[in-house]
Amino acid sequence: MPVSLLEDSSLLAINVGASTTRAALFDVVEGEYRFLAQGQAPSTAEAPFKDVSLGVRQAIADLQAITGRILLDADQQLIKPTQLDGSGVDALAVTFSAGPTLRAVVVGLLSDVSLESARKLAETAYLQVVETIGLNDHRKADEQINALLHARPDVILLAGGTDGGATRSIQKILESIGLACYLTPPEKRPAVLFAGNQSLTDDIKSSLEKWSASLHTSPNIRPSLETEDLTPAARELAQVFVDVRKRQMPGLAELAAWSGGHILPTAYAEGRIIRFLSQMSGSSRGILGVDIGATAAVVAAAFGDEWTLGVYPQLGVGENLPALLHYCRIEDIVRWMHLDISPSVVRDYLYQCSLFPGTLPATQEEHVIAQAISRQALYLAVRAAKKNFPRTARPLRPDLLPIFEPILAAGGVVGDAPGGGQSLLLLLDAIQPVGVTSIILDQNNLLPLLGIAAEFNPLLPVHILESGAFMSLGTVVSVVGQAPYGAPVLRARLTYTDGSEAHVEVKFGGLDVLPLAPGQMARLTLQPLHRADIGNGPGRNATIQVTGGAIGVVFDARGRPLEFPSDPVRRRELLKKWNWFVGG
Amino acid sequence: MLAPVYHVLPFTAIERERTLPIDGNVLAKMGQKVNATDVIAEASWAREHRLVEVARALGVSASQADRLLRVKVGDEVNQGSELAIGSGIIPRSVQAPCDGRVVVTGGGQVLIAAGDTSLELKAGLSGTVIQIIPNRGAVIRAVGALIQGRWGNGRIQSGTMVSLSETPDELITASNLDVSLRGSILLGGFIRDADALRVAEELSLRGLILSSISPALLSTAMQMNFPIISIQGFGQIPMNSAASRLLFSNVKREVTVNAENFDRYTGKRPEIIIPLPVTQEPPLPPEVDTLAPGQTVWIRRPPHAGAVGTLMHLKSGLTALPSGIRARAAEVRLESGEQILVPLVNLEIVG
Repeated sequence: MPVSLLEDSSLLAINVGASTTRAALFDVVEGEYRFLAQGQAPSTAEAPFKDVSLGVRQAIADLQAITGRILLDADQQLIKPTQLDGSGVDALAVTFSAGPTLRAVVVGLLSDVSLESARKLAETAYLQVVETIGLNDHRKADEQINALLHARPDVILLAGGTDGGATRSIQKILESIGLACYLTPPEKRPAVLFAGNQSLTDDIKSSLEKWSASLHTSPNIRPSLETEDLTPAARELAQVFVDVRKRQMPGLAELAAWSGGHILPTAYAEGRIIRFLSQMSGSSRGILGVDIGATAAVVAAAFGDEWTLGVYPQLGVGENLPALLHYCRIEDIVRWMHLDISPSVVRDYLYQCSLFPGTLPATQEEHVIAQAISRQALYLAVRAAKKNFPRTARPLRPDLLPIFEPILAAGGVVGDAPGGGQSLLLLLDAIQPVGVTSIILDQNNLLPLLGIAAEFNPLLPVHILESGAFMSLGTVVSVVGQAPYGAPVLRARLTYTDGSEAHVEVKFGGLDVLPLAPGQMARLTLQPLHRADIGNGPGRNATIQVTGGAIGVVFDARGRPLEFPSDPVRRRELLKKWNWFVGG
Repeated sequence: MLAPVYHVLPFTAIERERTLPIDGNVLAKMGQKVNATDVIAEASWAREHRLVEVARALGVSASQADRLLRVKVGDEVNQGSELAIGSGIIPRSVQAPCDGRVVVTGGGQVLIAAGDTSLELKAGLSGTVIQIIPNRGAVIRAVGALIQGRWGNGRIQSGTMVSLSETPDELITASNLDVSLRGSILLGGFIRDADALRVAEELSLRGLILSSISPALLSTAMQMNFPIISIQGFGQIPMNSAASRLLFSNVKREVTVNAENFDRYTGKRPEIIIPLPVTQEPPLPPEVDTLAPGQTVWIRRPPHAGAVGTLMHLKSGLTALPSGIRARAAEVRLESGEQILVPLVNLEIVG
């Protein structure tokens, strides 16, 4: 068990991404935790470096240059704890997403019960499910063994059986898994996570402990037919992922030792901070976190104690970029671009950028392509994640998302966009939120770092979130309804603290903005027309307190789902207009 | 900032670790001279496994079945040979369903590994074996010119390099390929249609070196029986001047095209090696260096993707790019004399 960070003061948090390694320093200033600064360097998981600790040391060196605080000694070792001369830090925490997607085999019994839960469990980590074995699998045992050997899994997720229920079927499958593991060369054997009928735990240990790289067990993800509980298994899967990566990725074991065990996969840490914030808020509304990174697109949603985490490596905007075309057409990407760029250029971009995921778009055209790809990847990720949202999270319509407040967003293209308008529009286009929500940009990619800190020091994330380390883009009012294009669907009045007012009549199909500076509060009175819904029910008025942001208060009446003119010239003109409205 | 080094070198030592993905038999010997296409190690594994339910077939318990087995782990069996014989006046027998080797017995079952799938590991470069990696492969050292590529179709071949033109922007079409190219490695620019690749295969070309390749041709290119290497990557990116000069100055020489698939984690990448006679052993080139003024650099992204220039000045702090993004950047002078701003992460050092 890692040593608690609670009594420590300063924290150095490292995030090893596929492209960039970041080192963020948190310390207590006037009795509250503050985000002091962040250093960064290209990640070094890949050849020719092949050692993540090189990039970490460079990021820390960058942080040292920014803050003037010495963190590494002459031997390039981390100075811990803080010394009398002010050098060093008291604690280190690490999140990482670098490295290839792990190959996973999912095993369960009924396809719509334990197998479905096991698939959802797989989605909480950087895994690609390459083989599935279940009760409805009519292959013979030897065919299953051949399939397992062919799949070359890094991880096997084994579920099935309700607690106290039948054991025979899962024991039968267990024989095939055991034989396949036995036949696999020792250095290539998979790690196994068992999260099924708990009465089988001893059988699992005797069958698989000797023949797996590591055997992990967790409480049953389907303790009964009606109950699904992924939380303990997701935590254990995060540990499995860390164990596998430590074997695969030079330098990671050293970081784990530096951190005293405070090391988590980035996506899991993101999920955890979103759940933590939801629990802290006590609101019935959900909180959504999205991260469009080089390794994966990550969507975390929490509704009080219930949470879901979707990690989609196939939608990452790094080395897997060409795979995006397995999930959408090239035209689905082109539709988001306000410049006239041919589909073949976009296709070349996907392939060429997959060679150099850490590079940056230097021209406006490249940036437009990068944003369009990120929009589409995030659009697909959010729709995939929506399928797993708890039943209690009821949307206004089945095809819409539930109302989230707030939405937190991170990721290279989202954070890199100049201003804030382009980032906001990208998020609105991809997520298509409904009702009233504030959009917060995590431009320093701090969320996962707060996620790993939260478990041991709940004060730190609370202080940091309140400290202004995140960029509020504004409050968005998304109108759901149908009206003729150009017909008014909402009247809004913004009453500022000095008593002055701003009014807008929002027309269907358009975007509007009322200014409200970051940190400023105002009263927003909303009067929907044509039975439009702003989250309170069709045609129902609302008066709410809103907080400002980089863009202000944004009214999105473009419709849900967004629809585009079929004529490409008109479509591009419309996208330019939307871009102009948010100052992009 | 540390940056990877992209190798375009007229004369260098080259050491490559060549290993099987699984344990196998290493054929190469320490100190042996090998050619690029020589097999230095081989491995084989079962194509499939067959599980025989002996207990069920004999109608006995698993432990009884285990006692009735006539085979043990490691035994070779032929289809129809007896795996177990039951008891009684007319004993039933259980026969092997296929030729193979017994790999597991117990629990009333026999698992047979059947059919061989074999893998041959080629040397990949012509040189000397300087280290044997037990059961896996060898390290081979060579001396010559080295030009690295960005994409390859996984094949290896050696042959005489020829070119259809003096410049690397030649469009290769089916109509400008003829029988005179048989057995050659063709240095060219671009290919737009799959027909040209098929004609090249029909002509028994030994290799194809392209500036860049269209993603639309990748699946066809992967099926070709000769190596195809793209120097710059995907799309229509002209060949960089450093690679172009080196390749065109070596036309008519014997070259090896190792169009190995790029693997960002192991560092394996496609490359062209031109063996040269040794008078003095040159050093191994660095794989990583720190970006500094005066270095020759290769630009990874548009608007000058694939161009080579000289790093003039590292800007301090963050610099706004035309895309609006702020990043650490350097001033780079292109060979045309034009001076441009490039984000540091978009640079590789040429050397």
